[in-house]
Amino acid sequence: MTKREWLEGAYRKSGERPVRFSTVSDMEVEPLYTDEDAPKSGSIGLPGEFPYTRGVYPSMYRGRLWTMRQFAGFGTAEDTNARFRFLLGEGQTGLSTAFDMPTLMGYDADHPRARGEVGREGVAMSTLGDMRALFKDVRLDKVTTSMTVNCTASVALAMYLAVAEEQGIPWTALGGTIQNDMLKEFIAQKEWICPPTPSLRIVVDMIEFCMREAPRWHPVSISGYHIREAGSTAVQELAFTLADGIAYVEAAVARGLSVEAFAPRLSFFFNLHNDFLEEVAKLRAARRLWATIMRERFGAKDPLALRLRMHAQTAGCSLTAQQPLNNVVRVTVQALAGVLGGVQSLHTNSLDETLALPSEQAVMVALRTQQIIAEESGVTNVVDPLGGSYAVEALTDRMERDARDYIERIDGLGGMVRAIEVGYPQREIAEAAYVYQQQLERREKVVVGVNRYAVAEERPPELLRVSLDVEERQVDRVRRWKRERDAAASRAALARVRAAAEGTENLMPPLIAAVKAGCTVGEVSDVYRSVFGVYQDPAWL
Amino acid sequence: MAVSARPLRILVAKPGLDGHDRGAKIIVRALRDAGFEVIYTGLHQTPEMIAEAAIQEDVDAVGLSILSGAHLTLFPAVIEEMQRRGGGDITIFGGGIVPDEDQPTLASAGVAKVFTPGATIQDVVDWVRAHVRPRA
Repeated sequence: MTKREWLEGAYRKSGERPVRFSTVSDMEVEPLYTDEDAPKSGSIGLPGEFPYTRGVYPSMYRGRLWTMRQFAGFGTAEDTNARFRFLLGEGQTGLSTAFDMPTLMGYDADHPRARGEVGREGVAMSTLGDMRALFKDVRLDKVTTSMTVNCTASVALAMYLAVAEEQGIPWTALGGTIQNDMLKEFIAQKEWICPPTPSLRIVVDMIEFCMREAPRWHPVSISGYHIREAGSTAVQELAFTLADGIAYVEAAVARGLSVEAFAPRLSFFFNLHNDFLEEVAKLRAARRLWATIMRERFGAKDPLALRLRMHAQTAGCSLTAQQPLNNVVRVTVQALAGVLGGVQSLHTNSLDETLALPSEQAVMVALRTQQIIAEESGVTNVVDPLGGSYAVEALTDRMERDARDYIERIDGLGGMVRAIEVGYPQREIAEAAYVYQQQLERREKVVVGVNRYAVAEERPPELLRVSLDVEERQVDRVRRWKRERDAAASRAALARVRAAAEGTENLMPPLIAAVKAGCTVGEVSDVYRSVFGVYQDPAWL
Repeated sequence: MAVSARPLRILVAKPGLDGHDRGAKIIVRALRDAGFEVIYTGLHQTPEMIAEAAIQEDVDAVGLSILSGAHLTLFPAVIEEMQRRGGGDITIFGGGIVPDEDQPTLASAGVAKVFTPGATIQDVVDWVRAHVRPRA
């Protein structure tokens, strides 16, 4: 019997519930997938082999578990250092730093625009002294660190390298990632200083510098996470992320760098939303599509340049303030999709994240969720256990095809930088977000505890509060730092950063010298603002 | 009574440094679809810029979207700037990640309503219809 005969006969007779069967991204799915939908033999390949659909390493989690990397940062550097050490003590295997909004936007704590935001949603980081305190008693060659920072990433990396030097650790021994994905900032996360073209120049400076000086470091993490949080569909997340990746590769090639030399240090960062099969398919499609793009478009041959390695984080936007304990279940399902999708590193959200920054207790449950999946569930015993599932393979093909169409449209607009300038991805995402919100309100999409199964609300759990005096203390600290440094030396170092920015010299060496001379995040950002100009939100609607 | 029912004018603004504009943009569109005249400031606005825009645009209400945890600083700062410019009668409401325990503080600062996670766009539209009046 063919699939069609079965669908029109036995299936139709047995009946369906009166709902639309579609993913959270509104992609309709078929009732059944069979060998008729299966890809032609050979296209899935084997784990660790092109096109890496089944994973980037042959032995995957039998060889090495993913890195458990909880994103953390609040208050002062000392507060966050204590959280880091708590997490490492509880079995976390990598660090991930959240900075506060002033740091992310290039303002020191004592700037008027920082008022009310210092240490609120991340750690305050204005000076080398702050970075030193953040990693006090953490050996930077013993742990890999991720830093979520973008338009001020060059300064943060300069400070991190300077702290490593102080600890006596060679840069060649440093492993980790700095997000530094400016294109997705313009598309989704919206933290910027200067316009796309100079932003891209700074990113390429960092790629070039790390290639030579810190070869184990990932100088950019090409991120779909924020694109999805801003309301995109899974396909848009996949397509815009890879299109951003293409733009970085093109810019680095235009600088004269060899693809084989820098591409192995590119890494990716995806969202894990609620729709289990769609998410697994997305991650598998991402690897296959990227490997194909790198080979066909950029002529890369070295497997290291073809493999898409990824961090993933469960979807913050999927969590609910209502019945917050339900979030533990959501995070578990999402994290499992990540593991079955073959991630290299994972952050699981805490149940209280729609209410405040995570409390210590909530972050422990989130970490334990990963440990239970890793060490109790058994799914890590088999490499790519979902590989060959008719549904998963068919959906993987579909995601790849649909993402390819989007990438072609972006190519047609003249590439991602141009697409951003005309607001294309921004509008696509805003449209998808609005459609989803309307579906929620019509209850076509269900959020348990919100638009179905709502109850009179219990008291919210114990929340983490960042005390208001953090700002005062940090402002004092920055002012003291500025008073106590060698003023002439810091002025001269900042002038060298300006000269590099105005010319074509790589910014990293003068930046490292500048942070060592006491220059702050805000001061370097002021140089960027004055040399490159300030990007204005076009507020695409 | 013959009332020339001019549509309400509403400014939707993003104060502070946070770039989370998904909610603000959805609200802008929903309020427009509901028949209001809506102006959106875009991101990264200072309280001064928002108050200035509210006066210039002659709006009846200002909706602030804040997801950065800085609501206790930014809401009162906007209200102060509005008062300084003679816009003290403009209704201020908002939405974002605001713990319940901060609501009374914001209410006493003059914030008419704060919508928190889970509020629907219909809730916001209904509230605006019921509580915002055209300025004389």
